[in-house]
Amino acid sequence: MTIATYFYLAALIAIVASISVVLSKKAVYALLYLVLSLLAVAVCFYLLGAPFAAGLEVIVYAGAILVLFVFAMMMFGLTHDETQYNPDHRGKLMWFGPTLLSSLLLLLLLNVIFNAEMHEKLTSHIVTPQQVGALLYGPYLLAVELASFLLLAGLIASYHYAKPDVIGEKYD
Amino acid sequence: MTNIPLEHVYALACILFTIGLVGVIIRKNTLFILMALEVMLNAVGIAFIGAGSYWQQADGQIMFILILTLAAAEVAVGLALLIRMQRQVKDVDIDALSRMKG
Repeated sequence: MTIATYFYLAALIAIVASISVVLSKKAVYALLYLVLSLLAVAVCFYLLGAPFAAGLEVIVYAGAILVLFVFAMMMFGLTHDETQYNPDHRGKLMWFGPTLLSSLLLLLLLNVIFNAEMHEKLTSHIVTPQQVGALLYGPYLLAVELASFLLLAGLIASYHYAKPDVIGEKYD
Repeated sequence: MTNIPLEHVYALACILFTIGLVGVIIRKNTLFILMALEVMLNAVGIAFIGAGSYWQQADGQIMFILILTLAAAEVAVGLALLIRMQRQVKDVDIDALSRMKG
């Protein structure tokens, strides 16, 4: 199989997982499909010759941002209104979709790793993290500063919105 | 340069973006709307990475990193608003906020 075939397979997994995110009834399942979609996109990045971006995708998107979603969902019981209209158990059918898609993705990854010829092809057209870093702290320094301001603003705004109401002197 | 045509990468980005857009439109639960927004932002990232790898420039990855920070800030504010909404209107249905219309 060529690199292109792997890319199309990963793209297919990403598309199917994204459709499942949009269509699934329960929030937790939608979240799991979202993780799967992001991982598949990370595979796409890797095959496009951007391993740094693929790593960032896994760490920041599938790691940090999804953990935020999980926290919000667990702490505030946001799944409640979605689940009460559903049948209680759909048995093995519930597991089938995510398991099939993620095992396909795993097979794809293992194939890429253990295929020596493909390794050679992949490393020939890579954009290295060094290039990215040199640009990031060179011409794009202002953008990095602005991004840090954006993150600070996001932090302050989310604290402000989510803090408890003050009623009189007491915290409610 | 890989042997994956740039058009196909763009097609993938467009398909994922459309799926996310459909999700934003058809869903009423605010949490699902936020998730669909993530899918949309991710699709934009694919387009940038594809273009960057086609021309062998690191600029595409830099734009992706900036999108990543944007997504992080957006999710933080969005989830905080969601928590606020849950506390104030006891509901996560986006239609519960229709009092704001003039």
